[in-house]
Amino acid sequence: MGERTLRGATAVVGVADAASPTGELPNRGRALEAAMIAEALDDAGLTLRDVDGVCHVGPSTYVGSSLGLAEYLGIRPVFTEGTNVGGSSYEVHLEHAAAAIATGLCEVVVCTYAETPRGDRNRGIDSEMPLWIGYHPEAEWEAPFGLWQPMGPYALAASRHMAQYGTTPEQLAQIAVSTRQWAAMNPRARYQSPITVEDVIDSPVLLSPLHRLDCCLVTDGAGAFVLTSAERAADLAKPPAYVLGAASCHDHDMISQMPDITVTAGAVSGRRAFDMAGITTADVDVLMAYDSFTITALLHLEDLGFCAKGEGGSFVEDGKLGPGGSLPMNTNGGGLSYTHPGMYGMFLVVEAVRQLRGECDSRQVPGATVAVAHGAGGALSAMGTVVLGTREAL
Amino acid sequence: MPARFEPRSTEVSEPFWRATRERRLIMQWCRPCEHVVFYPREVCPRCLGSNLEWRDSPGTGTVYAFSVHYRTGSPELMDRTPYVVALVDLTEGARLMTNIVGCEPDDIGVGMGVQVTWELLADGRHLPLFEPSTGSHGDSSRR
Ligand SMILES: [Zn+2]
Repeated sequence: MGERTLRGATAVVGVADAASPTGELPNRGRALEAAMIAEALDDAGLTLRDVDGVCHVGPSTYVGSSLGLAEYLGIRPVFTEGTNVGGSSYEVHLEHAAAAIATGLCEVVVCTYAETPRGDRNRGIDSEMPLWIGYHPEAEWEAPFGLWQPMGPYALAASRHMAQYGTTPEQLAQIAVSTRQWAAMNPRARYQSPITVEDVIDSPVLLSPLHRLDCCLVTDGAGAFVLTSAERAADLAKPPAYVLGAASCHDHDMISQMPDITVTAGAVSGRRAFDMAGITTADVDVLMAYDSFTITALLHLEDLGFCAKGEGGSFVEDGKLGPGGSLPMNTNGGGLSYTHPGMYGMFLVVEAVRQLRGECDSRQVPGATVAVAHGAGGALSAMGTVVLGTREAL
Repeated sequence: MPARFEPRSTEVSEPFWRATRERRLIMQWCRPCEHVVFYPREVCPRCLGSNLEWRDSPGTGTVYAFSVHYRTGSPELMDRTPYVVALVDLTEGARLMTNIVGCEPDDIGVGMGVQVTWELLADGRHLPLFEPSTGSHGDSSRR
Protein backbone atom coordinates (compact mmCIF):
# COMPACT_ATOMS: atom_id res chain seq x y z
CA MET A 1 0.00 0.00 0.00
CA GLY A 2 3.00 2.31 0.45
CA GLU A 3 2.08 5.83 1.55
CA ARG A 4 -1.49 5.46 0.37
CA THR A 5 -2.57 3.32 3.29
CA LEU A 6 -5.74 4.07 5.19
CA ARG A 7 -4.20 2.63 8.33
CA GLY A 8 -5.05 4.69 11.38
CA ALA A 9 -6.36 7.64 9.37
CA THR A 10 -9.97 7.29 10.49
CA ALA A 11 -11.98 5.84 13.33
CA VAL A 12 -15.48 4.69 14.11
CA VAL A 13 -16.57 7.01 16.89
CA GLY A 14 -20.26 6.29 17.29
CA VAL A 15 -22.43 3.19 16.97
CA ALA A 16 -26.02 2.16 17.56
CA ASP A 17 -28.16 -0.84 16.81
CA ALA A 18 -31.64 -2.07 17.52
CA ALA A 19 -32.88 -5.64 17.86
CA SER A 20 -35.26 -7.47 20.12
CA PRO A 21 -35.84 -10.99 21.48
CA THR A 22 -39.28 -10.83 19.89
CA GLY A 23 -37.61 -10.27 16.54
CA GLU A 24 -39.79 -7.20 16.08
CA LEU A 25 -39.21 -3.47 16.47
CA PRO A 26 -41.89 -0.86 17.13
CA ASN A 27 -40.93 1.47 14.28
CA ARG A 28 -39.58 1.20 10.76
CA GLY A 29 -38.19 2.98 7.73
CA ARG A 30 -36.83 6.52 7.90
CA ALA A 31 -38.01 6.98 11.48
CA LEU A 32 -35.93 4.00 12.54
CA GLU A 33 -32.93 5.11 10.49
CA ALA A 34 -33.13 8.61 11.95
CA ALA A 35 -33.34 7.18 15.47
CA MET A 36 -30.22 5.08 14.82
CA ILE A 37 -28.34 8.08 13.45
CA ALA A 38 -29.33 10.19 16.44
CA GLU A 39 -28.21 7.46 18.82
CA ALA A 40 -24.88 6.90 17.03
CA LEU A 41 -24.15 10.65 16.87
CA ASP A 42 -24.99 10.98 20.55
CA ASP A 43 -22.71 8.02 21.27
CA ALA A 44 -19.93 9.91 19.49
CA GLY A 45 -20.67 13.27 21.10
CA LEU A 46 -21.50 14.77 17.69
CA THR A 47 -24.62 16.31 16.19
CA LEU A 48 -26.24 16.21 12.78
CA ARG A 49 -24.63 19.60 12.06
CA ASP A 50 -21.24 17.90 12.10
CA VAL A 51 -22.21 15.41 9.40
CA ASP A 52 -20.93 16.09 5.89
CA GLY A 53 -21.09 12.58 4.43
CA VAL A 54 -23.82 9.96 4.27
CA CYS A 55 -23.94 6.26 3.33
CA HIS A 56 -27.16 4.41 2.90
CA VAL A 57 -28.63 1.35 1.35
CA GLY A 58 -31.64 -0.54 2.51
CA PRO A 59 -34.71 -2.41 1.36
CA SER A 60 -37.22 -0.97 -1.08
CA THR A 61 -34.65 1.41 -2.48
CA TYR A 62 -33.13 0.99 -5.90
CA VAL A 63 -31.56 4.36 -6.59
CA GLY A 64 -31.17 7.58 -4.69
CA SER A 65 -31.39 6.01 -1.26
CA SER A 66 -28.69 8.23 0.25
CA LEU A 67 -30.38 11.18 -1.43
CA GLY A 68 -33.70 10.39 0.19
CA LEU A 69 -32.10 9.89 3.59
CA ALA A 70 -30.20 13.19 3.43
CA GLU A 71 -33.34 14.96 2.28
CA TYR A 72 -35.31 13.50 5.19
CA LEU A 73 -32.60 14.64 7.61
CA GLY A 74 -32.35 18.05 5.95
CA ILE A 75 -28.60 17.82 5.43
CA ARG A 76 -26.44 18.65 2.43
CA PRO A 77 -23.62 16.09 2.35
CA VAL A 78 -20.52 16.51 0.20
CA PHE A 79 -19.88 12.76 0.24
CA THR A 80 -22.56 10.25 -0.65
CA GLU A 81 -22.39 6.48 -0.91
CA GLY A 82 -25.17 4.14 -1.96
CA THR A 83 -23.27 1.07 -3.17
CA ASN A 84 -25.51 -1.97 -2.87
CA VAL A 85 -23.60 -5.26 -2.82
CA GLY A 86 -26.03 -6.91 -0.43
CA GLY A 87 -25.17 -7.73 3.16
CA SER A 88 -21.57 -6.53 3.00
CA SER A 89 -22.60 -3.08 1.79
CA TYR A 90 -21.81 -1.56 5.19
CA GLU A 91 -18.24 -2.86 5.23
CA VAL A 92 -17.81 -1.50 1.72
CA HIS A 93 -19.36 1.82 2.75
CA LEU A 94 -16.96 2.00 5.68
CA GLU A 95 -14.01 1.33 3.37
CA HIS A 96 -15.09 4.01 0.91
CA ALA A 97 -15.92 6.53 3.63
CA ALA A 98 -12.54 5.95 5.27
CA ALA A 99 -10.84 6.63 1.94
CA ALA A 100 -12.91 9.77 1.45
CA ILE A 101 -12.09 11.11 4.90
CA ALA A 102 -8.43 10.16 4.60
CA THR A 103 -8.16 12.12 1.35
CA GLY A 104 -10.00 15.13 2.71
CA LEU A 105 -13.25 14.82 0.77
CA CYS A 106 -15.28 15.00 3.96
CA GLU A 107 -14.89 14.75 7.70
CA VAL A 108 -17.84 13.08 9.45
CA VAL A 109 -19.76 10.30 7.73
CA VAL A 110 -22.85 8.52 9.01
CA CYS A 111 -23.94 5.16 7.68
CA THR A 112 -27.29 3.62 8.56
CA TYR A 113 -29.52 0.66 7.83
CA ALA A 114 -32.98 -0.40 8.92
CA GLU A 115 -35.08 -3.32 7.75
CA THR A 116 -38.16 -4.71 9.44
CA PRO A 117 -39.45 -7.79 7.62
CA ARG A 118 -41.42 -9.12 10.61
CA GLY A 119 -42.98 -5.85 11.65
CA ASP A 120 -43.83 -5.08 8.05
CA ARG A 121 -45.59 -8.41 7.67
CA ASN A 122 -47.68 -7.66 10.77
CA ARG A 123 -48.54 -4.23 9.38
CA GLY A 124 -49.46 -5.68 6.00
CA ILE A 125 -46.66 -3.75 4.31
CA ASP A 126 -45.11 -5.50 1.33
CA SER A 127 -41.48 -4.43 1.65
CA GLU A 128 -40.10 -7.35 -0.33
CA MET A 129 -38.11 -6.25 -3.35
CA PRO A 130 -38.49 -8.14 -6.60
CA LEU A 131 -35.40 -10.19 -7.32
CA TRP A 132 -34.79 -8.43 -10.60
CA ILE A 133 -35.82 -5.29 -12.37
CA GLY A 134 -36.18 -5.98 -16.07
CA TYR A 135 -33.90 -8.64 -17.51
CA HIS A 136 -31.40 -10.39 -15.27
CA PRO A 137 -29.31 -13.43 -16.24
CA GLU A 138 -30.65 -15.21 -13.16
CA ALA A 139 -34.13 -15.16 -14.69
CA GLU A 140 -32.76 -17.03 -17.67
CA TRP A 141 -30.10 -19.37 -16.30
CA GLU A 142 -31.04 -20.08 -12.67
CA ALA A 143 -34.67 -19.34 -11.81
CA PRO A 144 -36.15 -21.93 -14.22
CA PHE A 145 -34.50 -24.67 -12.16
CA GLY A 146 -36.13 -23.61 -8.90
CA LEU A 147 -33.06 -22.63 -6.89
CA TRP A 148 -34.59 -21.32 -3.68
CA GLN A 149 -33.16 -17.95 -2.73
CA PRO A 150 -31.41 -16.94 -0.60
CA MET A 151 -30.60 -20.38 0.83
CA GLY A 152 -29.90 -22.25 -2.42
CA PRO A 153 -26.43 -20.92 -3.26
CA TYR A 154 -25.19 -21.71 0.25
CA ALA A 155 -26.61 -25.23 0.12
CA LEU A 156 -24.72 -25.78 -3.14
CA ALA A 157 -21.50 -24.46 -1.57
CA ALA A 158 -21.95 -26.71 1.46
CA SER A 159 -22.51 -29.79 -0.71
CA ARG A 160 -19.32 -29.11 -2.65
CA HIS A 161 -17.29 -28.37 0.48
CA MET A 162 -18.47 -31.61 2.07
CA ALA A 163 -17.63 -33.66 -1.01
CA GLN A 164 -14.29 -32.01 -1.66
CA TYR A 165 -12.99 -31.74 1.90
CA GLY A 166 -15.02 -34.19 3.97
CA THR A 167 -16.68 -31.46 6.01
CA THR A 168 -19.53 -32.96 8.04
CA PRO A 169 -22.99 -31.66 8.99
CA GLU A 170 -21.93 -31.97 12.64
CA GLN A 171 -18.97 -29.65 12.07
CA LEU A 172 -21.19 -27.04 10.45
CA ALA A 173 -23.65 -27.48 13.30
CA GLN A 174 -20.94 -26.65 15.82
CA ILE A 175 -20.79 -23.14 14.38
CA ALA A 176 -24.48 -22.66 15.18
CA VAL A 177 -23.91 -24.10 18.66
CA SER A 178 -20.96 -21.81 19.48
CA THR A 179 -22.81 -18.80 18.12
CA ARG A 180 -25.84 -19.59 20.28
CA GLN A 181 -23.58 -19.67 23.35
CA TRP A 182 -22.71 -16.05 22.65
CA ALA A 183 -26.35 -15.17 22.04
CA ALA A 184 -27.19 -16.55 25.49
CA MET A 185 -25.18 -13.62 26.88
CA ASN A 186 -26.92 -10.99 24.73
CA PRO A 187 -30.25 -10.00 26.30
CA ARG A 188 -31.42 -8.53 22.97
CA ALA A 189 -30.73 -11.71 20.96
CA ARG A 190 -33.68 -13.35 19.24
CA TYR A 191 -32.69 -16.82 20.45
CA GLN A 192 -30.85 -17.25 23.73
CA SER A 193 -31.52 -20.87 24.76
CA PRO A 194 -28.55 -23.21 24.33
CA ILE A 195 -28.63 -25.74 21.51
CA THR A 196 -26.58 -28.85 20.81
CA VAL A 197 -25.11 -30.31 17.66
CA GLU A 198 -27.89 -32.90 17.83
CA ASP A 199 -30.51 -30.13 17.90
CA VAL A 200 -29.10 -28.74 14.67
CA ILE A 201 -28.89 -32.15 13.01
CA ASP A 202 -32.43 -32.99 14.14
CA SER A 203 -33.86 -29.75 12.76
CA PRO A 204 -35.50 -30.21 9.36
CA VAL A 205 -33.40 -30.29 6.20
CA LEU A 206 -35.01 -27.74 3.91
CA LEU A 207 -32.35 -27.65 1.22
CA SER A 208 -29.76 -30.39 1.63
CA PRO A 209 -27.26 -30.40 3.20
CA LEU A 210 -28.38 -27.46 5.36
CA HIS A 211 -30.68 -27.80 8.37
CA ARG A 212 -33.05 -25.14 9.62
CA LEU A 213 -30.63 -24.30 12.44
CA ASP A 214 -27.82 -23.82 9.91
CA CYS A 215 -29.78 -20.80 8.66
CA CYS A 216 -29.94 -17.23 9.83
CA LEU A 217 -32.97 -15.56 11.33
CA VAL A 218 -35.48 -13.25 9.76
CA THR A 219 -35.91 -10.38 12.22
CA ASP A 220 -36.35 -6.63 12.40
CA GLY A 221 -33.11 -4.76 12.96
CA ALA A 222 -31.37 -1.46 12.44
CA GLY A 223 -28.07 0.22 13.10
CA ALA A 224 -25.76 3.11 12.39
CA PHE A 225 -22.14 4.07 12.74
CA VAL A 226 -20.24 7.34 12.57
CA LEU A 227 -16.79 7.57 11.01
CA THR A 228 -14.42 10.52 11.23
CA SER A 229 -10.74 11.41 11.00
CA ALA A 230 -8.34 10.12 13.65
CA GLU A 231 -7.58 13.74 14.60
CA ARG A 232 -11.20 14.58 15.26
CA ALA A 233 -11.81 11.20 16.91
CA ALA A 234 -9.29 11.97 19.63
CA ASP A 235 -11.57 14.61 21.22
CA LEU A 236 -14.86 12.73 21.13
CA ALA A 237 -16.98 10.99 23.72
CA LYS A 238 -15.83 7.38 23.38
CA PRO A 239 -12.50 5.68 22.73
CA PRO A 240 -12.00 5.56 18.93
CA ALA A 241 -12.07 2.28 17.06
CA TYR A 242 -9.40 3.03 14.49
CA VAL A 243 -9.72 1.71 10.96
CA LEU A 244 -6.49 -0.23 10.55
CA GLY A 245 -7.37 -1.85 7.25
CA ALA A 246 -10.26 -2.11 4.81
CA ALA A 247 -10.69 -3.87 1.49
CA SER A 248 -13.36 -5.42 -0.68
CA CYS A 249 -13.59 -7.81 -3.61
CA HIS A 250 -16.32 -9.49 -5.66
CA ASP A 251 -15.97 -12.28 -8.17
CA HIS A 252 -19.48 -13.06 -9.48
CA ASP A 253 -23.11 -12.08 -9.16
CA MET A 254 -25.13 -15.28 -9.51
CA ILE A 255 -23.88 -18.46 -7.87
CA SER A 256 -23.59 -20.48 -11.10
CA GLN A 257 -20.86 -18.06 -12.22
CA MET A 258 -18.75 -18.33 -9.05
CA PRO A 259 -15.30 -19.51 -10.16
CA ASP A 260 -14.77 -21.91 -7.24
CA ILE A 261 -17.79 -22.29 -4.99
CA THR A 262 -15.57 -23.19 -2.02
CA VAL A 263 -13.36 -20.08 -2.25
CA THR A 264 -14.86 -16.62 -1.80
CA ALA A 265 -13.52 -13.22 -2.77
CA GLY A 266 -12.81 -12.85 0.96
CA ALA A 267 -9.49 -14.54 0.25
CA VAL A 268 -8.60 -11.32 -1.58
CA SER A 269 -10.35 -8.71 0.57
CA GLY A 270 -9.11 -10.37 3.75
CA ARG A 271 -5.47 -10.47 2.67
CA ARG A 272 -5.58 -6.86 1.49
CA ALA A 273 -7.23 -5.60 4.67
CA PHE A 274 -4.93 -7.59 6.95
CA ASP A 275 -1.86 -6.44 4.99
CA MET A 276 -2.99 -2.82 5.24
CA ALA A 277 -3.51 -3.25 8.97
CA GLY A 278 -0.17 -5.01 9.36
CA ILE A 279 -1.77 -7.90 11.21
CA THR A 280 -2.02 -11.65 10.93
CA THR A 281 -4.85 -13.88 12.06
CA ALA A 282 -3.01 -14.36 15.36
CA ASP A 283 -3.59 -10.68 16.16
CA VAL A 284 -7.37 -10.91 15.87
CA ASP A 285 -9.09 -10.83 19.28
CA VAL A 286 -12.67 -10.78 17.99
CA LEU A 287 -13.90 -11.97 14.60
CA MET A 288 -17.25 -10.74 13.37
CA ALA A 289 -17.80 -12.89 10.26
CA TYR A 290 -21.08 -12.74 8.36
CA ASP A 291 -23.06 -15.88 9.20
CA SER A 292 -26.05 -15.98 6.90
CA PHE A 293 -25.58 -19.73 7.12
CA THR A 294 -23.10 -21.90 8.99
CA ILE A 295 -21.28 -22.65 5.73
CA THR A 296 -20.85 -18.92 5.12
CA ALA A 297 -18.94 -18.50 8.37
CA LEU A 298 -16.87 -21.62 7.69
CA LEU A 299 -15.78 -20.29 4.30
CA HIS A 300 -14.80 -16.97 5.92
CA LEU A 301 -12.58 -18.75 8.46
CA GLU A 302 -10.71 -20.47 5.64
CA ASP A 303 -10.59 -17.53 3.25
CA LEU A 304 -9.37 -15.11 5.93
CA GLY A 305 -6.59 -17.61 6.73
CA PHE A 306 -7.59 -18.70 10.23
CA CYS A 307 -7.19 -22.23 8.90
CA ALA A 308 -6.22 -23.79 5.59
CA LYS A 309 -8.76 -24.23 2.79
CA GLY A 310 -10.77 -27.36 3.50
CA GLU A 311 -9.87 -27.51 7.19
CA GLY A 312 -12.67 -25.30 8.48
CA GLY A 313 -14.68 -28.26 9.71
CA SER A 314 -12.00 -29.65 12.00
CA PHE A 315 -11.01 -26.10 12.97
CA VAL A 316 -14.41 -25.27 14.47
CA GLU A 317 -15.39 -28.60 16.00
CA ASP A 318 -13.64 -28.08 19.34
CA GLY A 319 -15.86 -25.07 20.05
CA LYS A 320 -13.05 -22.51 19.83
CA LEU A 321 -15.44 -19.96 18.33
CA GLY A 322 -17.55 -19.80 21.50
CA PRO A 323 -17.13 -18.05 24.86
CA GLY A 324 -13.74 -18.83 26.37
CA GLY A 325 -12.48 -20.23 23.08
CA SER A 326 -9.32 -19.16 21.28
CA LEU A 327 -11.18 -17.36 18.46
CA PRO A 328 -14.27 -15.52 19.74
CA MET A 329 -16.53 -15.22 16.71
CA ASN A 330 -19.84 -13.39 16.35
CA THR A 331 -20.04 -12.43 20.00
CA ASN A 332 -23.41 -10.69 19.59
CA GLY A 333 -24.97 -14.04 18.65
CA GLY A 334 -24.60 -13.48 14.92
CA GLY A 335 -27.10 -13.61 12.13
CA LEU A 336 -27.81 -17.15 13.33
CA SER A 337 -29.12 -16.14 16.77
CA TYR A 338 -28.98 -12.35 17.36
CA THR A 339 -30.69 -10.69 14.41
CA HIS A 340 -30.75 -10.89 10.61
CA PRO A 341 -33.03 -8.40 8.90
CA GLY A 342 -31.59 -9.12 5.44
CA MET A 343 -28.39 -7.07 5.11
CA TYR A 344 -26.62 -7.99 8.31
CA GLY A 345 -23.21 -6.34 7.74
CA MET A 346 -24.09 -3.28 9.84
CA PHE A 347 -24.22 -5.36 13.02
CA LEU A 348 -20.72 -6.74 12.45
CA VAL A 349 -19.25 -3.24 12.66
CA VAL A 350 -21.34 -2.22 15.67
CA GLU A 351 -20.35 -5.26 17.75
CA ALA A 352 -16.67 -5.03 16.73
CA VAL A 353 -16.58 -1.43 17.96
CA ARG A 354 -18.33 -2.27 21.23
CA GLN A 355 -15.89 -5.11 21.90
CA LEU A 356 -12.93 -2.77 21.38
CA ARG A 357 -14.49 -0.29 23.81
CA GLY A 358 -15.14 -2.97 26.44
CA GLU A 359 -18.90 -2.33 26.37
CA CYS A 360 -20.09 -5.91 25.95
CA ASP A 361 -20.85 -6.85 29.56
CA SER A 362 -20.86 -10.61 30.14
CA ARG A 363 -19.91 -11.41 26.57
CA GLN A 364 -16.95 -9.03 26.57
CA VAL A 365 -13.72 -10.52 25.23
CA PRO A 366 -11.19 -9.34 27.84
CA GLY A 367 -8.58 -6.90 26.55
CA ALA A 368 -9.72 -6.98 22.92
CA THR A 369 -7.56 -4.61 20.85
CA VAL A 370 -8.12 -5.88 17.30
CA ALA A 371 -11.52 -6.80 15.86
CA VAL A 372 -12.39 -7.78 12.30
CA ALA A 373 -15.75 -7.19 10.62
CA HIS A 374 -16.04 -9.37 7.52
CA GLY A 375 -19.19 -8.99 5.47
CA ALA A 376 -20.60 -11.14 2.69
CA GLY A 377 -23.11 -9.92 0.12
CA GLY A 378 -25.10 -11.41 -2.71
CA ALA A 379 -24.73 -15.14 -3.28
CA LEU A 380 -21.27 -15.42 -1.71
CA SER A 381 -20.49 -12.68 -4.23
CA ALA A 382 -19.12 -9.56 -2.56
CA MET A 383 -16.81 -9.54 0.45
CA GLY A 384 -15.81 -6.56 2.54
CA THR A 385 -13.21 -6.81 5.30
CA VAL A 386 -12.62 -4.12 7.91
CA VAL A 387 -9.89 -4.33 10.57
CA LEU A 388 -10.55 -2.14 13.60
CA GLY A 389 -8.26 -1.54 16.55
CA THR A 390 -7.89 0.38 19.79
CA ARG A 391 -5.24 3.04 20.39
CA GLU A 392 -2.92 0.26 21.64
CA ALA A 393 -3.20 -1.48 18.26
CA LEU A 394 -2.29 1.63 16.28
CA MET B 1 -49.88 -22.10 -13.65
CA PRO B 2 -47.01 -22.93 -16.01
CA ALA B 3 -44.98 -26.02 -15.22
CA ARG B 4 -41.83 -23.93 -15.00
CA PHE B 5 -40.61 -20.40 -14.57
CA GLU B 6 -40.13 -19.73 -18.28
CA PRO B 7 -36.55 -18.67 -19.04
CA ARG B 8 -36.41 -15.18 -20.48
CA SER B 9 -34.23 -15.11 -23.54
CA THR B 10 -32.31 -12.26 -25.07
CA GLU B 11 -31.15 -11.51 -28.58
CA VAL B 12 -27.76 -13.03 -27.83
CA SER B 13 -29.12 -16.21 -26.25
CA GLU B 14 -31.87 -16.77 -28.81
CA PRO B 15 -29.83 -19.36 -30.80
CA PHE B 16 -29.36 -21.39 -27.61
CA TRP B 17 -33.10 -21.55 -26.96
CA ARG B 18 -33.96 -22.08 -30.64
CA ALA B 19 -31.70 -25.17 -30.63
CA THR B 20 -33.54 -26.55 -27.63
CA ARG B 21 -36.65 -26.80 -29.78
CA GLU B 22 -34.77 -29.65 -31.51
CA ARG B 23 -33.43 -30.91 -28.17
CA ARG B 24 -29.94 -29.76 -29.13
CA LEU B 25 -27.53 -28.29 -26.55
CA ILE B 26 -25.26 -25.71 -28.12
CA MET B 27 -22.56 -23.60 -26.54
CA GLN B 28 -21.05 -20.30 -27.52
CA TRP B 29 -17.30 -20.28 -28.20
CA CYS B 30 -14.78 -17.50 -28.73
CA ARG B 31 -12.86 -18.38 -31.88
CA PRO B 32 -9.58 -16.54 -31.11
CA CYS B 33 -9.52 -17.73 -27.46
CA GLU B 34 -10.83 -21.20 -28.33
CA HIS B 35 -12.79 -20.86 -25.09
CA VAL B 36 -16.35 -21.79 -24.24
CA VAL B 37 -18.51 -18.86 -23.12
CA PHE B 38 -21.47 -19.51 -20.82
CA TYR B 39 -23.88 -17.87 -20.27
CA PRO B 40 -24.02 -16.48 -23.82
CA ARG B 41 -22.65 -12.97 -24.18
CA GLU B 42 -22.25 -10.28 -26.81
CA VAL B 43 -18.50 -10.43 -26.21
CA CYS B 44 -15.97 -12.95 -24.91
CA PRO B 45 -15.17 -12.26 -21.23
CA ARG B 46 -11.51 -13.11 -21.88
CA CYS B 47 -10.71 -10.88 -24.86
CA LEU B 48 -13.82 -8.67 -25.16
CA GLY B 49 -13.92 -9.66 -28.82
CA SER B 50 -17.14 -10.49 -30.61
CA ASN B 51 -15.79 -13.26 -32.84
CA LEU B 52 -18.08 -15.85 -31.31
CA GLU B 53 -19.73 -18.94 -32.77
CA TRP B 54 -22.15 -21.66 -31.69
CA ARG B 55 -21.02 -25.29 -31.47
CA ASP B 56 -22.84 -28.45 -30.53
CA SER B 57 -22.18 -29.65 -27.02
CA PRO B 58 -21.73 -33.36 -26.31
CA GLY B 59 -24.14 -32.76 -23.41
CA THR B 60 -22.10 -34.71 -20.93
CA GLY B 61 -20.55 -33.62 -17.68
CA THR B 62 -20.22 -34.16 -13.96
CA VAL B 63 -22.10 -32.90 -10.93
CA TYR B 64 -20.10 -30.05 -9.36
CA ALA B 65 -22.52 -29.32 -6.50
CA PHE B 66 -26.14 -30.12 -5.74
CA SER B 67 -28.92 -29.48 -3.27
CA VAL B 68 -32.03 -31.55 -2.72
CA HIS B 69 -34.87 -29.07 -2.36
CA TYR B 70 -37.40 -30.47 0.12
CA ARG B 71 -39.00 -27.05 0.13
CA THR B 72 -39.19 -24.43 -2.56
CA GLY B 73 -39.92 -20.79 -3.11
CA SER B 74 -41.09 -21.54 -6.66
CA PRO B 75 -44.89 -21.99 -6.64
CA GLU B 76 -44.84 -23.85 -9.95
CA LEU B 77 -42.47 -26.47 -8.50
CA MET B 78 -44.30 -27.07 -5.20
CA ASP B 79 -45.69 -30.43 -6.26
CA ARG B 80 -42.30 -31.60 -7.53
CA THR B 81 -40.48 -31.55 -4.18
CA PRO B 82 -38.13 -33.06 -3.41
CA TYR B 83 -36.26 -32.01 -6.54
CA VAL B 84 -32.55 -31.57 -7.12
CA VAL B 85 -30.87 -28.33 -8.17
CA ALA B 86 -27.31 -28.84 -9.34
CA LEU B 87 -24.35 -27.16 -10.94
CA VAL B 88 -22.99 -29.36 -13.72
CA ASP B 89 -19.56 -29.01 -15.29
CA LEU B 90 -19.87 -29.83 -18.96
CA THR B 91 -17.08 -31.82 -20.56
CA GLU B 92 -16.04 -28.80 -22.65
CA GLY B 93 -15.63 -26.65 -19.56
CA ALA B 94 -18.82 -24.64 -19.07
CA ARG B 95 -20.71 -24.79 -15.78
CA LEU B 96 -24.46 -24.48 -15.74
CA MET B 97 -27.31 -24.70 -13.29
CA THR B 98 -29.81 -27.48 -13.91
CA ASN B 99 -31.95 -30.14 -12.29
CA ILE B 100 -30.84 -33.75 -11.94
CA VAL B 101 -33.66 -36.10 -12.87
CA GLY B 102 -34.10 -39.78 -13.63
CA CYS B 103 -32.83 -41.09 -10.29
CA GLU B 104 -33.52 -40.87 -6.58
CA PRO B 105 -32.03 -37.81 -4.87
CA ASP B 106 -30.15 -40.16 -2.53
CA ASP B 107 -28.31 -41.66 -5.49
CA ILE B 108 -26.79 -38.34 -6.56
CA GLY B 109 -23.27 -37.39 -5.57
CA VAL B 110 -20.74 -34.72 -6.38
CA GLY B 111 -18.57 -35.98 -9.25
CA MET B 112 -21.31 -38.19 -10.69
CA GLY B 113 -21.37 -38.44 -14.48
CA VAL B 114 -24.48 -36.98 -16.11
CA GLN B 115 -25.91 -36.42 -19.57
CA VAL B 116 -28.42 -33.95 -20.89
CA THR B 117 -32.10 -34.73 -21.12
CA TRP B 118 -34.95 -32.39 -21.96
CA GLU B 119 -38.17 -31.06 -20.48
CA LEU B 120 -40.67 -29.51 -22.84
CA LEU B 121 -41.71 -25.95 -22.03
CA ALA B 122 -45.11 -24.51 -22.87
CA ASP B 123 -43.77 -22.53 -25.83
CA GLY B 124 -42.03 -25.44 -27.54
CA ARG B 125 -38.56 -24.73 -26.20
CA HIS B 126 -36.93 -27.34 -23.96
CA LEU B 127 -35.14 -26.90 -20.68
CA PRO B 128 -31.81 -28.75 -20.43
CA LEU B 129 -31.91 -31.09 -17.44
CA PHE B 130 -29.42 -33.83 -16.61
CA GLU B 131 -29.70 -37.48 -15.71
CA PRO B 132 -27.13 -40.08 -14.64
CA SER B 133 -24.99 -40.94 -17.63
CA THR B 134 -25.47 -44.30 -19.26
CA GLY B 135 -21.87 -44.28 -20.52
CA SER B 136 -18.66 -44.13 -18.55
CA HIS B 137 -18.50 -40.37 -18.04
CA GLY B 138 -17.55 -38.99 -14.68
CA ASP B 139 -16.51 -40.72 -11.53
CA SER B 140 -19.49 -41.98 -9.61
CA SER B 141 -17.30 -43.27 -6.79
CA ARG B 142 -16.82 -39.68 -5.56
CA ARG B 143 -19.64 -39.37 -3.11
ZN1 LIG C 1 -12.00 -14.39 -26.44
